[in-house]
Amino acid sequence: MSLLDRVLSIARRKSPWVCRINAGSCNGCDIEVTPLLTPRYDAEQIGVQVHGTPKHCDILLVSGTLTVRSRAAVLSMWDQMPSPKAVVAIGSCPSSGNVFAESPMVLGCSLDTIVPVDVWVPGCPPRPQQILDGIVEAARLLGEGATRDQLAARDAARPELEKVAS
Amino acid sequence: MTPFLAYALAFLVWPGLLVAAPLAWFELWLMRKALAKLQGRRGPPLFQPFFDWVKLMGKRTVIPEGVPRAAFVALPVIALASIAAALVVMPVPGNPAPRLPGDVVLLLYLLEVPVLCEVLAGYVGRSVYGEVGAMREALMSLAYNLPFLASVIAMAEWAGSFDLRTLAAAPFGLVHVVAGAAFLLALPARLKSNPFSIANAEHEIVAGGLIEYSGPLLGLFELAHALEIVVLTELFVILFVPMPAAPLAALVVWVAVGLALLMGLTLLAATTARLRLAQAFRFYWVWGGAMSVAALAAGLAR
Repeated sequence: MSLLDRVLSIARRKSPWVCRINAGSCNGCDIEVTPLLTPRYDAEQIGVQVHGTPKHCDILLVSGTLTVRSRAAVLSMWDQMPSPKAVVAIGSCPSSGNVFAESPMVLGCSLDTIVPVDVWVPGCPPRPQQILDGIVEAARLLGEGATRDQLAARDAARPELEKVAS
Repeated sequence: MTPFLAYALAFLVWPGLLVAAPLAWFELWLMRKALAKLQGRRGPPLFQPFFDWVKLMGKRTVIPEGVPRAAFVALPVIALASIAAALVVMPVPGNPAPRLPGDVVLLLYLLEVPVLCEVLAGYVGRSVYGEVGAMREALMSLAYNLPFLASVIAMAEWAGSFDLRTLAAAPFGLVHVVAGAAFLLALPARLKSNPFSIANAEHEIVAGGLIEYSGPLLGLFELAHALEIVVLTELFVILFVPMPAAPLAALVVWVAVGLALLMGLTLLAATTARLRLAQAFRFYWVWGGAMSVAALAAGLAR
């Protein structure tokens, strides 16, 4: 690993910029995300900045169940983020639908079937420390080049892998 | 040394990119740290702005569909190049660039180029939010440039020259205080910091004119903005602060005034909320206009 790569790897670990999307949450998880920026949890210590546009971000925080209408929005946010990128699913809803499962407008699938999720932060809602921990974990994966987006890009660059698989 | 080599050295090393970029990151860190302290937080580590920038340079750039690619890519490069060229003109000790007659005029033009680039970037990106940000940026530049230009012109009048070194060496007078105050009035709006963070209003119009930018192109814009802080603090010290003759004392004054400026800006940003465009515009044309008249009058009265 050259020096430049090493600096870039550290920079990716130390500078996770996040953006949020509420995919149909009851707002509970979003209320737990807001304190991350307050003096008590101060996410800026580890370099977190919250940005409004996915184009400036590295980590997408998804909270809430997937609904018929939010599916396209989540996909669009994911597509707009420049690589390398990571996804952190907040709360129990993105994985299972939680208590909203089988509601008419709620999709009965996990977030993983739409975008590649790197870190799951379970809880209903999870505590701010846990969300912060999830962001740190995602940032570590970004630094190591081990997010699912980065792994997929690496595999795509090695055509011999496909032969082995088939 | 040939003039070309001298200019290249000044552009790339001192007082240009290689020295000014770390200085800019340090100043950014100081402001962010001070803001965090004022809010009772710990704040980012020392290398945070550097890491942010390196990470941006290592990301992929998404160019939206239907934008003119050449303009989209050229704008941040032009913004950074012009602000680095503004650094070349600065009469700081050890600047290898040859003396230019009328460099004040050149400097004022170069300082306007990044603003123009950001306005164009907002329109080029085809985002509605970007267009709103660009419109605000253009209107704000009409507002804050009144006291800004008046303060520099008043100094030029006082020194009877458009040469930065002559301006810096001009005898201290009332004009230094009045024009310096007018300059300070324009400074927060020039740096888009809090009561006047109207053009880049985060969470209101998402991210202003740079909304469609990502990766290295965004990094270039951020670096240009950071260098703007360096240029403007340097310019304030050069124009309005009388320098002691001893080099060590001059360095102390330089650092002290720079620190005071940054802390003042941060304090202002931490304690105020964003104004509306019309309020800021009125503020600059009433109070900024009054300060401009006072500064020009003080420049004429010698």
